Amino acid sequence: MAGSGLQILSAYPALGPRGAQYSWYPFQNMAPPSWLRFGGWLAGARHWHFAIAWFLILNGVIYLIYMIASGEWRRRVFIPTRDASNALAMFAYYLRVRKTPPPEDFYNGLQRMAYTSAILFGIVVVMSGLAIYKPVQLYWITAAFGGYDVARVVHLSCLVLLALFTVMHLVLVVLHPRTIVTMVTGGPRG
Amino acid sequence: MFLSGMGRWNERVDRLLFSENRLAPEPPASDLTPESAFPSYFISDEMPFVPENWSLKVGGIVARPAVFTLDQLKRMPQKGMRIRHHCVEGWSAVAEWNGVQLRELAKLVGASSDAQYVEFKSFDNGYYSTWDIESSMHPQTILAYGMNGKPLYPDHGAPLRLYSPVKLGYKMVKYLTEVNFLPTRAGGYWEDQGYDWYGGV
Repeated sequence: MAGSGLQILSAYPALGPRGAQYSWYPFQNMAPPSWLRFGGWLAGARHWHFAIAWFLILNGVIYLIYMIASGEWRRRVFIPTRDASNALAMFAYYLRVRKTPPPEDFYNGLQRMAYTSAILFGIVVVMSGLAIYKPVQLYWITAAFGGYDVARVVHLSCLVLLALFTVMHLVLVVLHPRTIVTMVTGGPRG
Repeated sequence: MFLSGMGRWNERVDRLLFSENRLAPEPPASDLTPESAFPSYFISDEMPFVPENWSLKVGGIVARPAVFTLDQLKRMPQKGMRIRHHCVEGWSAVAEWNGVQLRELAKLVGASSDAQYVEFKSFDNGYYSTWDIESSMHPQTILAYGMNGKPLYPDHGAPLRLYSPVKLGYKMVKYLTEVNFLPTRAGGYWEDQGYDWYGGV
């Protein structure tokens, strides 16, 4: 999705409508590098993007249904009053600013923040995608984002946030390799 | 195979999503794109200019095929609108367009109910496109001869172009010469090269 999305972006690698492009965007008219792109050309990339999107959404829906039905959401959901300071402390520990890790539940505050925000980014990336895919037939979604060009910015921003999540997730898995087994099997019943 | 299958599925969803009653909202005048910033595209080597004795031929499976001059089209009931344009490349721009509704023309020539498609041809080196009848009959689908309160200029398809908020830009043929109501699907310049045939927004 990311690769084909960046290929699509390359056709108009600017943010903002014609004649009123957003001056704050530092990469105005700079297409992403070809090694990040997938689909060959605009038409090819669009076909891939709109095909795989269905599976991304299906995956997300199944994931959410499982989270809710199994009750698993309870130990993953980020509740700021409970988890914010723990998340910050955990982050400080990873940066080596803090010597010892804070006390943690099955999941620590930072994990809860990551898992909850990933779901939110996923929902927003899909909704903003629909807003730019069907700005007339689904204009109520486009309008909710503040219009086509704003929705386009949100869509690209969600890609960046999801990419950051993925990188941080992979780094932490590499640092804690035994979690790979738990991720596959689900670990002990909590 | 996977991509063409998903493409067919997506067209089915697109058609289900489409409603002739759903009108595109009109942006405020403050959103109008400065004319120099609204890109113009053509596939001929040079910007196409109106051929002498230009007229619009309307035919296909219609009761009364006809040829119209620009003056005749201008005397028909006029529809104006301010619309956000969506290009397949990802940019948007706002302009005002005025012209005659395609549904008006369809009634005039007695288009058959068997006509499920409408083909649009031009004098821009063979640029053409074919639409589904539902999008063609949408109340905001017009054959435009005016842009931003002035007669359409060659950079945007003079003397007549297809315009509608429900399709991506590449489907809106400029430099029109013919409109044909057809029982079977035809292609389009970009569609034949692999772009999505339905192209709806």
